[in-house]
Amino acid sequence: MATWQRANPLMRTGKLAAIAFYLCFALFPLYWLIKIAVTPDRLIYTEGTALWPSEFTIGNFTTVIWQTDFLRFFGNSLIVSLSTAAIATLIAAGAGYAFSRFDFRGKRLVIALMLLTQMFPLLMIIAPIYRIIAAMGLLNSLSSLILVYIAFNIPFATFLMQSFFDGIPKDLEDAAMMDGCTRFQSLRKVILPLTLPGLGATLGFVFTAAWSEVLFALMLIKSNASMTFPVGLLTFVSKFSVDWGQMMAAGVLALVPSCMFFIFIQRYLVQGLTSGAVKG
Amino acid sequence: MARLELTGVEKRYGAVEVLRDVNLRINDGEFIVLVGPSGCGKSTLLRMIAGLEEISEGEFSIDGKRMNEVPPRDRDIAMVFQSYALYPHMDVARNMGFSMEIRGEGTPARRSKVAAAAATLGLSALTARLPKALSGGQRQRVAMGRAIVRDPRAFLFDEPLSNLDAALRVEMRLEIARLHRRLDATMVYVTHDQVEALTLADRIVVLNGGIIQQVGTPLDLYETPANRFVAQFIGSPTMNVIAVTPAEGGVRLGNGVLLALPGVSIDVTELGIRPEHLDLADPAASTMTGIADVVEHLGSDTNIYAQVEGIGPLMVRQHGHVALRPGDPVDIAIQPGKAHLFDTAGKALRQA
Repeated sequence: MATWQRANPLMRTGKLAAIAFYLCFALFPLYWLIKIAVTPDRLIYTEGTALWPSEFTIGNFTTVIWQTDFLRFFGNSLIVSLSTAAIATLIAAGAGYAFSRFDFRGKRLVIALMLLTQMFPLLMIIAPIYRIIAAMGLLNSLSSLILVYIAFNIPFATFLMQSFFDGIPKDLEDAAMMDGCTRFQSLRKVILPLTLPGLGATLGFVFTAAWSEVLFALMLIKSNASMTFPVGLLTFVSKFSVDWGQMMAAGVLALVPSCMFFIFIQRYLVQGLTSGAVKG
Repeated sequence: MARLELTGVEKRYGAVEVLRDVNLRINDGEFIVLVGPSGCGKSTLLRMIAGLEEISEGEFSIDGKRMNEVPPRDRDIAMVFQSYALYPHMDVARNMGFSMEIRGEGTPARRSKVAAAAATLGLSALTARLPKALSGGQRQRVAMGRAIVRDPRAFLFDEPLSNLDAALRVEMRLEIARLHRRLDATMVYVTHDQVEALTLADRIVVLNGGIIQQVGTPLDLYETPANRFVAQFIGSPTMNVIAVTPAEGGVRLGNGVLLALPGVSIDVTELGIRPEHLDLADPAASTMTGIADVVEHLGSDTNIYAQVEGIGPLMVRQHGHVALRPGDPVDIAIQPGKAHLFDTAGKALRQA
């Protein structure tokens, strides 16, 4: 690869240009988000298409944080997303391990059913979910969201975890059991440390999915007190105006946890923890 | 130290029979090699001894105590895996001391035992490394160290050398032989490499298709194979097998020559002769004539692949250098008393 790059400077430049172009394309909306967030309100329309406003302000951020319900939405979202991520990952890890290591009756059926659940558009099941949650008396509560998100995320998270467990050689467990471990001990001392990247990835995936979900949050939550962040963003749209600056500032703040999460788990994702386990 | 005993042991996966009626006594301190082609059930048998596979039928006992239902951790047997199966997140020392860690033994005891094992295996300088920073041979040593540290009743080896290159394999083979002599422990070793089997074993168990073909010392198997499979599996290069017909006072070869073999059974259909038991002879003394097809000069030996009239391809191994070239005519004689005879089923026939 390296020699190929050195041999063809033209190809290399072309490749870099392509990557740069793609990055600009993908990141431009984010840039626009930040740009509007730091633009003073009176300039939003007059300098609408300028790449950078002539005046810079952090007023939108302070207003959002101190004078709106933003912090509450943020807190609610954090509770929902973290609980969903933790519980869904825990269940998915157990299920993924079972799918990866054990042969049991009905295994194929369960896998097929789980795949099936991924095929329906969410819009189709909004009404039934609403009825169920209403009947359970959970409308307007964060737990309703946690419950629904967990249910939706488990299948994919399970497949994700299963593939991580599949990547851990079975010999390692056998060796641990020969070394005196019970199955649970081998799971805790050998398999679990090796699955950390997988757990991190699954946590991150479920967290972001729950963090940005808007459809069910909109349907199941009406009261301001338990609104999550994406729904809360809509409160910046009033009957007569849209508070663009504050909305964008809130959006920028919403990116922070996701970014932090990925920076945190990135090192687990890139390094192959099992390297050196078998053969070589 | 332990005596392992398998009585009528079978293994089935659903309707598929993997091992049938395995009866084997492994004596205390004995080095047993299970050998056979891929899929013959040798690894499964080893894993059953380890406790990693269930025993479908029959009984396995250690020192007379039934082990069928005992989980691997309570059998006090160590196993070295083909893949080494080192714990990638633990350094060498912790890998080796992991069994003691699980047993809850204190750090000082652990450290001294690991250090001793590391010293014997030449790993002392590497104890702080992770497995990924080791070469294949070093990983192999760590895997062995992990077994030694435990001081188990028996050692199991599952093709431990098959991932190493040829030179390292010879070196590690010697190491395992030395280890066995020093520890004097019961060892069961699985391999498909008959050279490993012949050089390491006190006794070899030859398996094919889930059935034990023969159990015996390396020399037993070489000199008196029980059937054609064992005859062809043990020994390198492979034994020549040619079709013969019974005749008065001997057998008749395909080229019409009568080979005098007193007391031959009339059931004989095939004759086996090892390449090293064929000689290049004077035309007057020879029983077969042919053309040299390929000649391999190995220095110490010369392998001659010959096309023999009326018989087909034969391989002859001669000691030292033989000045022969492809296309040259060869005259071949069978060394007296070295021929093996088989019946239609491949069973060896003893000469009276």
